[in-house]
Amino acid sequence: MLTRLTHDIATMTRRRLLAATAGLVLGLAAVSPFSPAQAADDTIKVGVLHSLSGTMAISETTLKDTILFLIDEQNKKGGVLGKKLEAVVVDPASNWPLFAEKARELITKDKVAVVFGCWTSVSRKSVLPVFKELNNILFYPVQYEGEESERNVFYTGAAPNQQAIPAVDYLMKEEKVKRWVLAGTDYVYPRTTNKILEAYLKSKGVAQDDIMINYTPFGHSDWQTIVADIKKFGSAGKKTAVVSTINGDANVPFYKELGNQGIKATDIPVVAFSVGEEELAGIDTKPLLGHLAAWNYFQSIKTPENEKFIKEWQAYTKNPKRVTNDPMEAHVIGFNMWVKAVEKVKSTDPDKVIDALPGTEAPNLTGGISKMLPNHHITKPVFIGEIKGNGQFDVVWKTPGLVAGDAWSKELDGSKDLIGDWVEKKCGNYNVKTNKCGGQGS
Amino acid sequence: MFGFCFGRAHALFLSILLLSCFALPALAGPFEDSVAKFANDEFSDTEAAVGEVASSGNPQAFPIISSLKDGRLSADPDSKKVFITQADGKIVDAASGAAVDKLPDNAAAVRLNNRLRRSVEAALGGLTLLSPDPARRLAAAQSVFKSHEENLLPTVDSALAKESVKSIKQAFTEARAAIILFKSDASESDKLDAISVVKARGDQEALALLTSLGGDAPPLVAKAATSAVAAIQSNLAMWSMVQNAWYGLSLGSVLLLAAIGLAITFGVMGVINMAHGEMVMLGAYTTFVVQEVIRTRYPALFDYSLLIAVPLAFLVAGAIGVLIERSIIRFLYGRPLETLLATWGLSLVLQQAVRTAFGPTNREVGNPSWMSGAFELGQITITYNRLWILCFTLAVFAILLAMLRYTALGLEMRAVTQNRRMAASMGIATSRVDALTFGLGSGIAGIAGVALSQIDNVSPNLGQSYIIDSFMVVVFGGVGNLWGTLVGAFTLGIANKFLEPVAGAVLGKIAILVLIILFIQKRPRGLFALKGRAVEA
Repeated sequence: MLTRLTHDIATMTRRRLLAATAGLVLGLAAVSPFSPAQAADDTIKVGVLHSLSGTMAISETTLKDTILFLIDEQNKKGGVLGKKLEAVVVDPASNWPLFAEKARELITKDKVAVVFGCWTSVSRKSVLPVFKELNNILFYPVQYEGEESERNVFYTGAAPNQQAIPAVDYLMKEEKVKRWVLAGTDYVYPRTTNKILEAYLKSKGVAQDDIMINYTPFGHSDWQTIVADIKKFGSAGKKTAVVSTINGDANVPFYKELGNQGIKATDIPVVAFSVGEEELAGIDTKPLLGHLAAWNYFQSIKTPENEKFIKEWQAYTKNPKRVTNDPMEAHVIGFNMWVKAVEKVKSTDPDKVIDALPGTEAPNLTGGISKMLPNHHITKPVFIGEIKGNGQFDVVWKTPGLVAGDAWSKELDGSKDLIGDWVEKKCGNYNVKTNKCGGQGS
Repeated sequence: MFGFCFGRAHALFLSILLLSCFALPALAGPFEDSVAKFANDEFSDTEAAVGEVASSGNPQAFPIISSLKDGRLSADPDSKKVFITQADGKIVDAASGAAVDKLPDNAAAVRLNNRLRRSVEAALGGLTLLSPDPARRLAAAQSVFKSHEENLLPTVDSALAKESVKSIKQAFTEARAAIILFKSDASESDKLDAISVVKARGDQEALALLTSLGGDAPPLVAKAATSAVAAIQSNLAMWSMVQNAWYGLSLGSVLLLAAIGLAITFGVMGVINMAHGEMVMLGAYTTFVVQEVIRTRYPALFDYSLLIAVPLAFLVAGAIGVLIERSIIRFLYGRPLETLLATWGLSLVLQQAVRTAFGPTNREVGNPSWMSGAFELGQITITYNRLWILCFTLAVFAILLAMLRYTALGLEMRAVTQNRRMAASMGIATSRVDALTFGLGSGIAGIAGVALSQIDNVSPNLGQSYIIDSFMVVVFGGVGNLWGTLVGAFTLGIANKFLEPVAGAVLGKIAILVLIILFIQKRPRGLFALKGRAVEA
């Protein structure tokens, strides 16, 4: 009897279960066309376009980690517009055409709301047409040569007037430098920056004979001749300095050669625009004591914001020695600006966010508030740091306030009349002399 | 906005500071006041303090300024006390020299910038002119030569009178000449004597000194200075030829070192090994690991780290080479295109593996003390690391040559590469010899990595920057001939270094490539072509 009963219940339950399942399946089938959309609506996707392999992996991997860290932090606070953020990481492998391909993939396939990415100018130039065509947003975090202002790009790194010009001013005033070596790697950023610097130095009365310009190939490793030339150039009885736009990897052998040939910072100081905490991690910095770098952020700057950031970053990466650097700070500022703009317009629609971003403010890590300008560059303080024995920098000078980034250099004939203004003029290269959009850069 | 508030707060703080300075009771003497200026954390105050302390004649002056230079001087901004951390870790009060238990919590090292470092060096120069330590006296004389401070003249004179070491006496004479040259009230004949002393020194610093003399000197002096400058310049121009030759030898030795392993795998075996650069990279990472272990466990052994790394790098890279040969290359003999693709892929795999294991950033490989610095030979600077690399390369080359000629393995290798079938029928296990030869070539690449870690980045991309150059050297020198590789490497190195000052680094490199292409058109088999039947094998 008892067994019979249980059997009945069992069959009944099974039957009911079947029915229920069928209903569920039917129901699911009914909503299924919408279900993926619904799943995607739960999160906002953020594209990360940094090389994780190839030559640039050395610098860009950290920036990928930075964005992942920022997304993690933001999600702990409840995400944006009540939704979680989801990172979509792709690897363009230091291959410039691949950057464009991966950007297209991020926007069309993964439907990201915004992309944080690129390091070299050539990779940025390669993705520009994609962002214009598909109308999305790129945050570019690295100091660059300027001469550009695009509607879809937000430049959170330094323009030349936020790094190169103040550094040269410092050397002229504090170190009384009269003779200049402009040394760089042979590509677009050093060449444009040096063109701007040369024009600037000449406007300050420096003679052509007192400027030496030198370019080297990527990854140059035999610096003997060039260092000897610098030494020779510096023995003309005038205080000499080197302004270095030498790119990442080539710096280590360059500084080693300087150290070995006994050129001290007190004799010929070198001020670098591409050497940060990350690059110094591969060198014994004791022979480099006193050489300089110009950035908008140093890890050693003591502010509560910075100390908190460093602590959380080292905890996130589980590495108590992990360093921070300037482009990382640029991503922090850019990310927070984007979050603010999205929350302001309550939408991730690129058009709305692009219009909302100019004027948005976000604290930087050095105690100031950076603001997005109509030319899509931001305001930043400029610091000059001296290399210390422990691979960190000691700030010896800073600008009194924040410096607004110029998209177009005022030093070059081709661009001094141009401005970028996406708020009123809706134009990235507006000529204030002719009052026309579409002026040419250098 | 924020910056503005911050600035105001800063100014307020400063004015309070200034007020409190004035309010301090005048108990402390002038020396104590000068020392207290170090605590203000303002570069201008520190500079003033350096000057005052240096000229005070107080016995504490030397310890204070030398510890400032080494970053061992710290100051407490609240109590305005300044402390010296001595080399043995003991802490003393800077002004009085009295021992102190420990540094106050908010004491921070007194900061320096380059301008200050120069004045510190000049001050130290003045303070150590009469030091009992000859090395210090020499350094002091040299720093006085650079700073040529007029008020040091009496000290230099008395030091000169006392000095017994010849080389230091010379340095003092030169320092004295530098001071006289810039002393406004020195007589014309004294200045002319000074110019001839500086001219005799004849190096770039002498040149800098004479050119900075300027046009306001008396005509006779100016004329002598100009002719001295011209003499020094023509002398230096001659030396710069010697210098270029040395740089060429040094670059050539690096090229040879990178290419010598390839000369075995490509030159002797005929395998196009695109992963050759990665063997170099593995050698460099082996050095890094060895140094890491030494740093954490046996810091005293640091100067021997490279000697330990050399055999280990050979074993690591050699073992991986044997593994590659056994697992991939032996199936591809006689199929150069497939070998090229397979080893190219392999090089990417190895790079990514290292990137995953060690991270994408550069790794620090330190220079042992005997590889740091430089010495002067005539008017050129020879850096120790380059010199050692040149010696090391020649040693590796000699050992390899001897191995191929005098050992059984070398004999077998030559036999197999010259006529495989004949060698096999004579009872040589050709496949074993293939594996060992490839391992030898890879192992030597690993050794090259140890040396290159001293002058280049240790990053996963290290090998890529050498692979093209290595092939260039081997092809130019003549495939299958070690001597060709030697001559090829040094020819390319020297040609490059003589072109570089004229054409610049970028154009120089292009010019070399163009020259090689033209050369290969004329002599497809390189400088030293193999002749006879071996060519066809």
